Amino acid sequence: MKALFGRSESLVAIALLVAMVVIGAINPAFFGLSNLFSLARSNVIVGIMALGVLTVMISGGIDVSFPAFAVAAMYLTLRLMLAADWQGILGPFALASAMGLAFGLVNASLVHGLRMIPLIVTLGTGALVRGALLGLVGTSQINIDHMPPGLIHFGSAELFAVRDASGAHIGLSAMILIYLALAALVHLVLGKTLLGRGVYAYGDDREAARRLGFDQRRIVFFVYGLAGALAGFAGLLHASMIWLANPRDFVGLELDVIAAVVLGGASIFGGRGSVPGTMLGVFLLVMISNSLILMHIPTTWQRVVVGLIVIVATAATSFRDRRRAQGGA
Amino acid sequence: MAGMIAKARGFAPHTRGLALLILVIFAVMSFLVPDKFLRPYNFISLSFVAPELGLLSLAMMVTMMSGGIDLSVIGAANLAAILAGLFFHAVGGAHGPALSGLSLPLVAGGFAIALAVGILAGVLNGILIGWARITPILATIGSGQIFTGLALVLTGGPAIVGFPEYWNFIGNGTLAGLAVPLWIFLAASLAIAIVLARSEFGISLALIGTNLKAAVYAGLFVRRTIFLSYVGSGVLAAIAGIILSGRTNAAKSDYGISYLLQAVLIAVLGGTDPAGGRASVLGIVLALAALMLLASGMQLLRLSNFLVDATWGAFLLASIALNLWRSRR
Repeated sequence: MKALFGRSESLVAIALLVAMVVIGAINPAFFGLSNLFSLARSNVIVGIMALGVLTVMISGGIDVSFPAFAVAAMYLTLRLMLAADWQGILGPFALASAMGLAFGLVNASLVHGLRMIPLIVTLGTGALVRGALLGLVGTSQINIDHMPPGLIHFGSAELFAVRDASGAHIGLSAMILIYLALAALVHLVLGKTLLGRGVYAYGDDREAARRLGFDQRRIVFFVYGLAGALAGFAGLLHASMIWLANPRDFVGLELDVIAAVVLGGASIFGGRGSVPGTMLGVFLLVMISNSLILMHIPTTWQRVVVGLIVIVATAATSFRDRRRAQGGA
Repeated sequence: MAGMIAKARGFAPHTRGLALLILVIFAVMSFLVPDKFLRPYNFISLSFVAPELGLLSLAMMVTMMSGGIDLSVIGAANLAAILAGLFFHAVGGAHGPALSGLSLPLVAGGFAIALAVGILAGVLNGILIGWARITPILATIGSGQIFTGLALVLTGGPAIVGFPEYWNFIGNGTLAGLAVPLWIFLAASLAIAIVLARSEFGISLALIGTNLKAAVYAGLFVRRTIFLSYVGSGVLAAIAGIILSGRTNAAKSDYGISYLLQAVLIAVLGGTDPAGGRASVLGIVLALAALMLLASGMQLLRLSNFLVDATWGAFLLASIALNLWRSRR
């Protein structure tokens, strides 16, 4: 098991290094500090959401509703902050995560209670939440003039900053620390707790997991709840980082996040996938889509590239899983 | 044979339920907005708008029969219309009488191009799912990204406006008093109903969806059948794209995105089991009628389109619950 994870992760790592060398050879500006810092920053939101989707996929499910949950948690929290003149950081983030969690638990109860295909359930809840948000709450953006200053201040925190030759400010966003901390936490939970091992067991073989005494209900509620909570958290973090809350944001983001998770070696059939692999997958996907301009490729090609990544990565995992099955493991 | 008889019995209450749903929606809307809802114009305009969604729902149904799904239908439909549009602009100029008065053989050429796109899209999906054994969800998410991405690359973003008159007749014309799109949809529904009930392909497809392992051991051509179902789905998507572009006189890479959820919803509400094996063309037609009546009523009530989308999400979840309740009885 361990050797296998190691192998698929090292494959992604090699692909990542090769891609870096190629992009850097085409345009040396890639290795500029400002590009590398902005790349690191672009990992944060996709990465945090990917941790949730990874957990769902290890359990053998899929979630396409989390971008709607993220945008709803973000927008509702901010509207509440503005209405109540609420200044704070920890409180709002806790609230956004709690809203995401609540949405995720709705998914879980439908998936577990109705035993329905997760794709259909999450298509439904995603459309419901997004439609209700835009139809009942509003469609207007909250721009920088109205964004709570505390959140903007928090979102613009930097680990350190340098000045380049022309004197321009180049800073490394401190938000990557939050991403790394959450990744470490999910990694520990998945690897070291009974609940986390249960997620793997449940995804690998439901019947076996049941006979081993894993509480299926708890596992399903955990994975969809975690995906929702992480999405809610990431939604508010996104608004704090770009100083703007747009209730129409994140449309189609589920495809990028799922692509990254699959690229990181997770299998939609469940039982396989790891946090380090997913982080590498996120990095590779974000890097390739962000570097198209550097490689002198029109950005209109971005969707084609993401589509190709999904297909190549799933074909590779499918091939790997079949070889493993044939190997009698 | 016994299975088919049992199935036919199983369908009857479902069909009755859908007919009842149509009656309820009809009665409620007639009560709420009698003058506008009951105008003949309302139903005539529905007979032009509904068929493209109906064709996409049939495509979804055909792929769900084997336990799969086709999430690339919107991308394939738009790409087909865009390539035909580019062909027309290449031979007839970007606007003016030369384009609108394009000869019938050239318009037929555009038709062939659009259908070829649909077939190729289906072939790609069929190869990925049948032979590379990628899960249908991820394969069609990836291929859908590629189709949409290619459409974006080809157009650069803006819509292709201006189609020949013969082409627009497919979307706007009337034949023997009925909308041409409606004729196409009815013909496609009838053809699919016959193929599914009477042909070797249709019966194999249902058996594969019911029990894949048994189908393999029974010596059915599993791969070929699954492959053909995705080709069929691609062709249906291309026809939907032709109607959509003919009706609106334009084609764009992001037209009809909300159709995806609606097509899944109509398929499920129409009695298709997303886990495979069970589907009903009559159910699709009735579910389409119910939802189109509901949508037009909600629009006449001046409810926002977002709330209509939210209602679709709620309906999808409700129909899942209903299916479950029915199967448990």
